[in-house]
Amino acid sequence: MRSTADVIVIGGGIHGCSTALHLALRGLRSLVVEKDYAGRHASGVNAGGVRQLARHLAEVPLSVASMELWERIGDLLDDDCGFESHGQVLVAESEAELDQFRARVAQLRLQGYTHEELIDRAELKRLIPAVSDACPGGVVSRRDGAADPFRTTQAFRRKAIALGATVLEGVRVTGLERRAGMWRVSSSAGAFEAPVIVNAAGAWAARIAASLGEPVPLEVMALMLMITDRVPRFIAPVVILRGRKLSFKQLANGTVLIGGGHQGRPDRDANTTEIDWHKLAESARTVWELFPAMRGARIVRAWAGIEARMPDDIPVIGPSATAEGVYHQFGFCGHGFQLAPGLGALMAELIATGRTNLPIAPFSIARFAPAKGANATPDSTPDLMRTTPGGQA
Amino acid sequence: MLRRLLEEGQRVRLTIDGKPVTACVGDSVAAAMLSCGLRYCRTTPISGEKRAPYCMMGVCFECLVTIDGINNRQGCLIEVREGMRIDTQLGRRTVE
Amino acid sequence: MSAGANPYDVAIVGAGPAGLGAAAITAGAGLTTLLLDENPTPGGQIYRAVTTTPLKERSILGGDYWAGAALVAEAQASGAEIVGGATVWSLDASRELAASWAGTSRFIKARRVILATGALERPFPIPGWTLPGVMTAGALQTLLKSSGLVPDGRLVLAGTGPLLWLFAAQLLRAGARIEALLDTTPWANYLRALPHVPAFAISRYAAQGLALRREVARQVEVVSGVTRLRAEGQGGLASVAFAARSGERRLMADVLALHQGVVPNVNLAMAAGIAHRWQPAQLCWVPVLDAAGNTSIDGIAIAGDGTGIGGALAAEAQGRLAGLAAVAAVAPERLARVPDRQLLAQALARAERGRALLDQLFAPPRWSRLPEGDTIVCRCEEVTAGQLLEAVGIGAMGPNQAKAFLRCGMGPCQGRLCGLTVTELISKARGVAPAEVGYFRLRPPVKPITLAELAAMAHTQRAVAAVVRE
Ligand SMILES: Cc1cc2nc3c(=O)[nH]c(=O)nc-3n(C[C@H](O)[C@H](O)[C@H](O)COP(=O)(O)OP(=O)(O)OC[C@H]3O[C@@H](n4cnc5c(N)ncnc54)[C@H](O)[C@@H]3O)c2cc1C
Ligand code: FES
Repeated sequence: MRSTADVIVIGGGIHGCSTALHLALRGLRSLVVEKDYAGRHASGVNAGGVRQLARHLAEVPLSVASMELWERIGDLLDDDCGFESHGQVLVAESEAELDQFRARVAQLRLQGYTHEELIDRAELKRLIPAVSDACPGGVVSRRDGAADPFRTTQAFRRKAIALGATVLEGVRVTGLERRAGMWRVSSSAGAFEAPVIVNAAGAWAARIAASLGEPVPLEVMALMLMITDRVPRFIAPVVILRGRKLSFKQLANGTVLIGGGHQGRPDRDANTTEIDWHKLAESARTVWELFPAMRGARIVRAWAGIEARMPDDIPVIGPSATAEGVYHQFGFCGHGFQLAPGLGALMAELIATGRTNLPIAPFSIARFAPAKGANATPDSTPDLMRTTPGGQA
Repeated sequence: MLRRLLEEGQRVRLTIDGKPVTACVGDSVAAAMLSCGLRYCRTTPISGEKRAPYCMMGVCFECLVTIDGINNRQGCLIEVREGMRIDTQLGRRTVE
Repeated sequence: MSAGANPYDVAIVGAGPAGLGAAAITAGAGLTTLLLDENPTPGGQIYRAVTTTPLKERSILGGDYWAGAALVAEAQASGAEIVGGATVWSLDASRELAASWAGTSRFIKARRVILATGALERPFPIPGWTLPGVMTAGALQTLLKSSGLVPDGRLVLAGTGPLLWLFAAQLLRAGARIEALLDTTPWANYLRALPHVPAFAISRYAAQGLALRREVARQVEVVSGVTRLRAEGQGGLASVAFAARSGERRLMADVLALHQGVVPNVNLAMAAGIAHRWQPAQLCWVPVLDAAGNTSIDGIAIAGDGTGIGGALAAEAQGRLAGLAAVAAVAPERLARVPDRQLLAQALARAERGRALLDQLFAPPRWSRLPEGDTIVCRCEEVTAGQLLEAVGIGAMGPNQAKAFLRCGMGPCQGRLCGLTVTELISKARGVAPAEVGYFRLRPPVKPITLAELAAMAHTQRAVAAVVRE
């Protein structure tokens, strides 16, 4: 099989699908190649937080741009993606923490960003009546919210297809080769050719990068979440903490999703993860202290999604430093869901016009270029052929 | 709906939705409720439909009831005790 | 009771015939053995409440039931620590279990784990199966065994399989009245079973099964070849409708007991990450086992109906064999103290004889496995067959996507009552084999736990031994 597209996108997560959609909106035909199914990994199983709040400063411009798209996601995708905007609140657990937050909000203001707002104890209680009285205040980002991750990823996939993209699922990329100004992508379903490729392969992206001669220190993580049975509506905004690991939200159906960054044990080659209950017990303990009302709620399910993390906790975005016609879009460190709509648009702009107005220099893959003589990281084996035994039935 | 073959078993006293009733030692909560003539033990959180114990072996979760103030317990896996308070569950339970 | 010897040599989950047999061997050989079961008393499903049942009249439940008393006594005397009311809600590849009993959860480590979590009754998704008054036949049997309770009012039994006839006979002996037994075994099954008759004829099932049938048919109207079964009523069962050779019929009923065989209870094993495969003859998932009975995870074995349906005697023999393997792995010097492997293997072969015929003869019909339209598939989240097919239409290629679209299988039962139906419906809609469609990705906790209980583990984790003694 041999097929030609304008762009081959490796990875059918929300980023790959979003880029495919925005390429289609610009009249470029893309082929998305996904080894499992769209949304099978981080994109479909994440916490669904749509958050500008408490982002790394470098990410703020991208996040704010993406938020514009979230606010008209229904028009963009013909599906509201379950997006609801009840704000996100960073709760301070102590006065000292509140002081740090105050400084951060002031810093953002200086740069012209007003989405974060410092709130006192009274406003915190008004927004989240169930929060423990011990908390002195926090920061709110009122336009933030949450959406249904799997549904959102599927909506991007469906709309991209409707506009002319092709999405191949269950097909694994096994090799990349540059020939006469074209990329030849071999896969478990044959070879494809295109002048441009986008590496949106999530936790597997380092292998693609390594095969292009630019190894990156990507850590595979298995972010854990757990969810309760339905309880009556008692909290509208999403709650996050800074000191202890917690993010906490009640979904429209009444279930409460508890996460915050504790990691299970990933097995990237087997596509599986294992839950670490010792750590989830810590999360439960934090919720138990912060929301006494939740103590009798029942945990019905826990899971972990395989995600990529970079050492500086921000993603890799932009053109390859070594290979022509290659663009990277991976390494979202557990907070890439909100960025996807905007970043897809940015990538399409970059590919179609060669430039973007948003500041992406901090995300360049060149920041990991090895100093001369340094050892390669374990992930630098350009071993795309590694087979996946597949998960259990 | 159910009748007891032997009446000589040792009895315990409980309440179901506040009403005093008796059951036999060794009964599960779900068995006690059915033996007292209850037709259902909860309504569902989604449509509000009535549900009754279905499997009696802990797999279907239809027997969820409130026992001594704790919600969502599997009545078919828990034995009755003297003085137990059992309540049927209507729709979404409240956060206590 | 505490988890006294944690870490244990052997932890066994499920105190049915398989788990009891395994514990008798490992504890008998002097290995520290913990046997956990979420039921209050040991026995599993077949020997349910055998130590506590109020039914002293032995003929009601029959000799096969009372045989369990000796097995329970053997396990109790072996020195195994047997904990009732204990739910194992997590197991991982390092053989760490999380279990809840007496309101507290704790982590338990073991050098070998034997899963003996048995079987559950196959989903029977017909219109009206969620109405109060509709239960499984096994549920009625449990009420009889544990509490000496029998249905009072108009009782109808429906379905297929050897256990259905056993339940009917036990209820009749207990003095219950059965309005009708609606046999859904398809005619074609009799033909398909023919080749297996010779092996069956010399098995213990043959004589027993025929005798039960005769016993029931003497006292109850048996309607054969039943299809289009529906439970009807508003807020509770009022009548049972069905089609038979004589045409459409409707019976007034207070209780409808459904049963179409049992299938392995795979939730804990799958959540632990053990590989499973589709078993076409029994239309269910079974763990992938090597010749020695090991699962895909080192040190975790599965015995009994959890490996595929074999019945109580096969389960007990498998349990003993798994116990033997654990002794061989942990303390080979003690092998002299355990029974001969050869004898156990022979017992297992004897017990498995005749199974092939039962599988063919009692394969449940398609119509009662593949519901349509408004019939509920997922009882917890109230998802219908029609909704599921719609989801397949917009791209749900497997159960996990269906779950993400519809919450189907996401309720507290975690797919136990819908998983097989979902796999088979998607398989039919897509025209691909169930093996290709796959199953829900199951995850711990396999049973819900309260946030408070989990939160308390953050402290007890390093001090499991210090857990309060009851
Ligand atoms: C409702 C029902 C009634 C039956 N009646 C009969 C009958 O009358 N006669 C007959 O010949 N066969 C009967 N069978 C079939 C028979 O039960 C099996 O063939 C046999 O019991 C298999 O033995 P086992 O040890 O594998 O499983 P089981 O006897 O099922 O024992 C497994 C045990 O594991 C426990 N368990 C499961 N998961 C967990 C967990 N996570 N934590 C803690 N404990 C757990 C269960 O509560 C159960 O007690 C019946 C089956 C069912 C489902
Ligand atoms: S009746 Fe099915 S879980 Fe209790």
